[in-house]
Amino acid sequence: MGPVSVMIESALITVVQMVVALTASPFIVGLIRKVKARLQCRQGPGWLQPYYDLAKLFRKDVVASTHTSWIFTATPYILFASTLTAVLLVPIFLSKVPLNFAGDAITVVYLLALGTFFLMLAGLDAGSAFGGMGSSREAIVASLTEPAMILSIFAVGLTAGSTNLSTIVHKTALLQGIVTDPPPHLMALAALFIVTLAETGRVPVDNPATHLELTMIHEAMILEYSGRYLALIEWASALKLLLFLTLMSNIFAPWGIATEREPVWMILGVGVWLIKICGLAVLIGVIESMFAKLRLFRVTDFLGLAFILSLLAIIFFYILRG
Amino acid sequence: MFFDLSWIIDWGLLSVISLYGIGIFLPSVFFRNAHVQNLVAHGAAMAASVAGIVLGVAGLLAPTAATFSVSSNLPLLTFQIRVDPLSSFFVLIISLSGLAASQFAVGYVREFENRHSMAALGGLYNAFLLSMILVVLADNGIFFLIVWEIMSLVSYFLVVTEHEKAETRYAGFFYLIMTHVGTAFIIVAYLVFYQQAGSFSFETFRHPPAPIPEGFRTLIFATALIGFGTKAGIVPLHVWLPYAHPAAPSHVSALMSGVMIKTAIYGLVRVYFDFLGGVFPWWWGFIILTIGAVSALLGVMYALMEHDLKSLLAYHSVENIGIILMGIGSGMIFQSYGLPHLAALGLLAGLYHTINHAMFKGLLFLGAGSLLHATHTRNMEEYGGLIRKMPWTAVFFLIGAVSISALPPSNGFVSEWLTFQSLFLSFQIPDLLLKIILPIGAAMLALTGVLAMACFAKAFGISFLAMPRSAHAREAQEVPWTMRIGMGVMALFCIVLGLAPMGVVPVIDRVTASLTGISIAEKLVSEGGFALAPAPDKGFASISTPVLALLLILLVPAALLMAAVIGGRLRKRFYKTWGCGINLKPRMEYTATGFTQPIKQVFDMIYRPTVKLETEMLEESRYFAKRMRFQTHIEPVFQEYLYDPVVKVLQKLADRVRVIQSGSLHVYLAYIFVTLLVLLLWVR
Repeated sequence: MGPVSVMIESALITVVQMVVALTASPFIVGLIRKVKARLQCRQGPGWLQPYYDLAKLFRKDVVASTHTSWIFTATPYILFASTLTAVLLVPIFLSKVPLNFAGDAITVVYLLALGTFFLMLAGLDAGSAFGGMGSSREAIVASLTEPAMILSIFAVGLTAGSTNLSTIVHKTALLQGIVTDPPPHLMALAALFIVTLAETGRVPVDNPATHLELTMIHEAMILEYSGRYLALIEWASALKLLLFLTLMSNIFAPWGIATEREPVWMILGVGVWLIKICGLAVLIGVIESMFAKLRLFRVTDFLGLAFILSLLAIIFFYILRG
Repeated sequence: MFFDLSWIIDWGLLSVISLYGIGIFLPSVFFRNAHVQNLVAHGAAMAASVAGIVLGVAGLLAPTAATFSVSSNLPLLTFQIRVDPLSSFFVLIISLSGLAASQFAVGYVREFENRHSMAALGGLYNAFLLSMILVVLADNGIFFLIVWEIMSLVSYFLVVTEHEKAETRYAGFFYLIMTHVGTAFIIVAYLVFYQQAGSFSFETFRHPPAPIPEGFRTLIFATALIGFGTKAGIVPLHVWLPYAHPAAPSHVSALMSGVMIKTAIYGLVRVYFDFLGGVFPWWWGFIILTIGAVSALLGVMYALMEHDLKSLLAYHSVENIGIILMGIGSGMIFQSYGLPHLAALGLLAGLYHTINHAMFKGLLFLGAGSLLHATHTRNMEEYGGLIRKMPWTAVFFLIGAVSISALPPSNGFVSEWLTFQSLFLSFQIPDLLLKIILPIGAAMLALTGVLAMACFAKAFGISFLAMPRSAHAREAQEVPWTMRIGMGVMALFCIVLGLAPMGVVPVIDRVTASLTGISIAEKLVSEGGFALAPAPDKGFASISTPVLALLLILLVPAALLMAAVIGGRLRKRFYKTWGCGINLKPRMEYTATGFTQPIKQVFDMIYRPTVKLETEMLEESRYFAKRMRFQTHIEPVFQEYLYDPVVKVLQKLADRVRVIQSGSLHVYLAYIFVTLLVLLLWVR
């Protein structure tokens, strides 16, 4: 194949990955809600409800505060674009994503931070104390999770000798399809799981279902949003959740992912990936039902645990390797 | 070649010196009108900066270093100048910042014109820039110390420009003492070199007749670290920065914070990698790395608690010096383990961050200057809503904030990413302890990065967004074009440094190649010049900021289009923010203090905050407060436990010495005579 056709193929795969992620992400949010509802002996809304919600929000009028500036208007788009860019750097069904040269794990972390930065600004923009409170709390949660996230990915990257997500996933997939150094990598996985709960605003760090001013973090920042802006933010949050679940499943157990650009394997890869992240989503739903939300200043201990775990993962890696 | 490089260097050097000379002397000698003096001084500085940019670029491209020498009548002193890649790189940084800051100054100092002597301010400003250029070009120990001292003194005079304020005088005094303590240590380092090499020429420092013994090398390492570290503002020698940098006029703050402290980075790299030939034990690099990590983390933490915008930026300089030192320190560790590729990478990351920090910190200080100009206060709690009054300043400040927070695809992201990589590549070091410790450094860098992001969400959000919090902010107006252009130029430099790393890296590579002997640019720049990939064998990881920027720029209209397709035309209504049933007032907004309160509580081990809450209850019920008084205060740990004891001891000693200080001229003459006699006897 000539380089032009390779480029077309790469562009095609990138677009497919984008569409797959955009389509699957509301489903995961709905799945978690469904699991929680069933554990509470409720029927819960239908499987397609998150899609209806998004469609409805897109069609609704936008009400914006007179106090806000262009930051408020730009934030949903910046958040959506930065999250989607981050998703394109993460292997979903193909181990070597075409855009892997554009960014590694650190880039993914910092792209998500770019969205968080603008969300924090938007929280302050309307002048309401709720938004400020949300931004302020998001600042402390983000600052405690990101070091743990970088360290935990690095702990796995050590085996592959890379922080490039595609390289990590590709090498692990070719070796045996599952992480090679169980003790350190399980610690890193546990750390990344805690980070996931915190970064995606889940119990016990934050509660996505609450609008009680004393407890909300993420919901407080976006309190002033409505209509299509809210739809974009909700979709971006769903994408972020999807991204973290994908990271956990594909970094630690890339088994089933396509290692070559064969259509059959890639379609199969989508299926295996969906099963894996659905499993993780069910786990999150169960955890959300089993635990209570922590007080804000207890959250720090919980996130400190993630940091210590990821650090221990690195130390163990070297000690076990000698 | 079309142009002869050595010819350009000759004339560049000559025109830089003479143009700054014009800027120093012309305003005071020939002009009386303050505004004309302003234009002449800053016009000369701009012209000299352009010449400096040419000189810097030519020096970086030149295959060999150019040297100039003028002998003097004084013993040991020769005015030696050397234009090599390292000094050219710093000339370039100084000149780029100088260009933007001078442009900004034309508008900024207009309000100083009637209050202060413009001839003095403009002349000192030019002298400041020239002295920094000469510091990095000097090739002789004595000459270096002279221009170093001039740089310190001139910047002191600039700090105390507004000397009618007591706090400014205190800040100046503090700075003057600290900088001289630092200079004393540098003198010691150079004296050790002199004693070993027999001359003050840097050439003999590089090639001493006999190898310098291990003990003396360690002495040089320590004294240079303390000496230059004081100027750089490493923890715990940073205490003067948050006083001195805010006190100076803002365009000078931009240069002090962005450029002057970098001359110390220059000094450290020059001494360790050039004079000592890059031969040192691993623990030197380890100490530099540790100091860097601690400075970075503590710098950003103290910045978070600061609500004076310029002090906040000064603390961020401590942070960024820390990040630079983390890059350089990891490079030194690699160098000592004989991994020159990685040493070059660490050094390159540090130097890349050096030029980035000069640009975004300069931009932010100019932005802070604009806010000060418009509101006449530095207290963030009195800003608010300025994005509507000052839209240009807001955009420029936002660019600076995104860059310093290292968010992609900014320039800060590129250099911090390179620093991350050089810390992660520690797995190639054959030492278990270092393999474990360097990733901890990376974790600290990650924490620093996020805290910086939080700090600038605070700085931008509280200053520019929501409603004005005071009359100052309500009456603010956008600053004049002259100042906006200055900020715009800096912002442009930031964007170029972020989006074209594949163009910047080969330039810095010439510097690191001249120091480590190994060029890594070809290995670093991959994918047809789009991406950076730092690894000896390609593929450890790569980034491409242009592609990231392109994706972000393409996906925003895609999201707009998608929203339009699903939801149709945008119908938008405006309504005031919900204030729980009452009208929202600025007093109800979140404050900077409130914003950082959770961080203060989580890290109270470091801040050791004291909170005083007095509540006066209603007589009828003890559940209803009539009045409340809230005071909070952060313990300045270093001043209290490190500096105050030293000052106390010094004061006690001074009291003892007072015995011989009678105040009588005759007695002093006798002292001089006796000293002379003793010296004569001793020499004989």
